[in-house]
Amino acid sequence: MNGNKNVLERVEELQKLASEAGIDISEELKKISDKVEESSSSTKAWQRVELARNPDRPRALDVISVICDEFVELHGDRYYGDDPALIGGIGFINGIPVTIIGNQKGRNLKETLARNGGMANPEGYRKALRLAKQAEKFGRPVITLIDTQGAYPGLGAEERGIGEAIAMNLREFSQLKTPVICIIIGEGGSGGALGIGVGDKVYMLENAVYSVISPEGYASILLRDSSQAKHAAAMMKITSGDLLSMKICNGVISEPAGGAHLDPAESSRRIKDVIVRDLADLMNRNPAVLVRYRNQKIRKFGHFVEDCSDAT
Amino acid sequence: MIEKKIPCPSCGTESSAAAVEANLAVCPECGHHFRMEPAARIRYIADEGSFSEFCRNMKSKNPIDMEGYEDKLTEARKKANLSDAVVTGICTIEGTPVVLALMSFSFMGGSMGSVVGEKIARAMLKGVETRSPVIIYATSGGARMQEGIFSLMQMAKTASAAAELDRAGIPLFMVLCDPTTGGVTASFAMLGDVTIAEPKALIGFAGPRVIEGTIKQTLPEGFQRAEFQQDKGFVDIICPRSEQRALFVSLLKAHCPVSWRTSLAATNAALEESAAGGLK
Repeated sequence: MNGNKNVLERVEELQKLASEAGIDISEELKKISDKVEESSSSTKAWQRVELARNPDRPRALDVISVICDEFVELHGDRYYGDDPALIGGIGFINGIPVTIIGNQKGRNLKETLARNGGMANPEGYRKALRLAKQAEKFGRPVITLIDTQGAYPGLGAEERGIGEAIAMNLREFSQLKTPVICIIIGEGGSGGALGIGVGDKVYMLENAVYSVISPEGYASILLRDSSQAKHAAAMMKITSGDLLSMKICNGVISEPAGGAHLDPAESSRRIKDVIVRDLADLMNRNPAVLVRYRNQKIRKFGHFVEDCSDAT
Repeated sequence: MIEKKIPCPSCGTESSAAAVEANLAVCPECGHHFRMEPAARIRYIADEGSFSEFCRNMKSKNPIDMEGYEDKLTEARKKANLSDAVVTGICTIEGTPVVLALMSFSFMGGSMGSVVGEKIARAMLKGVETRSPVIIYATSGGARMQEGIFSLMQMAKTASAAAELDRAGIPLFMVLCDPTTGGVTASFAMLGDVTIAEPKALIGFAGPRVIEGTIKQTLPEGFQRAEFQQDKGFVDIICPRSEQRALFVSLLKAHCPVSWRTSLAATNAALEESAAGGLK
């Protein structure tokens, strides 16, 4: 970064010297400074991606252990199995019973393998829906902790209908007659993240990212060069600041200096503060109004122009 | 003038373009279903002259200022002669009003951005408003990456509209065409009350190459094809084009407006009353 600043200062000096000497090299210099700025914004976005993927970041179960007085994990989708990549259960936050659902990544190789890198199979999404419906039935709010590259792109996942499982969650979470708060604590990757990402409030930890596809995927498909991931990360606008300004998320939860991995407990406490504040508000609302507002919000996403006289 | 020939990718037979077109873009030799554009589909599904289009000129913006996206859109509009990757409207089928949405694969691979999401959602809500069944022909490579996170949000938007249809008790008939993948599969395409697929259509969430990259082995023959999806329980009926209109006529009869009057909601209310001791 300092390197970039020096280059930019040097460009300015050259500009001065050149104009004193009566030579016009401003176009060349502009090209250089544009390149520098571009690389610096790529670097910034990419740093966020790396922070979001840092193995020492608080994982869903770490967050749960801090924000809950008690937590009972519940297993299984009742159709096929239990997915260790997507966990859920009942917890108490300041004494309030809530249902918590979250992507669970590992911290080391062994855990990562056991948790399938936090990439859920259909069973995970169906378990999430089962627990969310259970929460609705018994009047508990739902908290989701999102941290996944995406749903698992495997053979079995396709055979058991990963598309259908996510689709059903999107439809049913939009209708849950209980408050739903979603927090992206690390990576928010594509449909796999959205599968537990439809709610009344969506927050991001400061260094979390949320995107339609991974920067690597974007680079290899649209830029046809997977080494362009850093560049893609900046183009795609995936940082918490980007998502806040695009009104996709309701707020950004600041992380301790240097990132959440340096103080997972403090990061989790900050998450808890936001949840406690919002629960007080959301639990006082009529569930039917909650559902209506949630859907009104969802229907507003998108940018288009309508020059149609036949508007319907 | 030399007659234009089209080679069939399945059997290799070269048929005249006119013969293929007359056969609903299906190979006369082997029954291979070529991809088909919305206008041609409307001709075989809707009663003649009954289709009236919604929001014909809705156009996408460039919500994340993606370099080159405007040019891509301009090019696609020219190539497909459409404003975006879906055509929606209302028509009749044997006199029954039906809301119809048809996607076009030739417009940026049928990808779903703001316009596709909005038009699909509005079509479904029009079904609620007019109490007309909704038929959607899906074909898409998935979310439109050039619109970034806004594309992802269209999945939530279309699913939210599908929930409204569901709650209102209006039927949603989905037709999955080759290919239906990614974010479209993981949203409205899998939310039909009856899911129909065209023969051999590729239907899945992750693309075959992505899966091969994950599992490091070649996928079995027929993986993610319509027949595979029916075998796995995700498709109700595989229906060739020539039989689709007749299928809709039957399905529409089975979901007639009369049955909606004694709808689920009314029955539920009556049941609650009965539980409270009101009904004997």
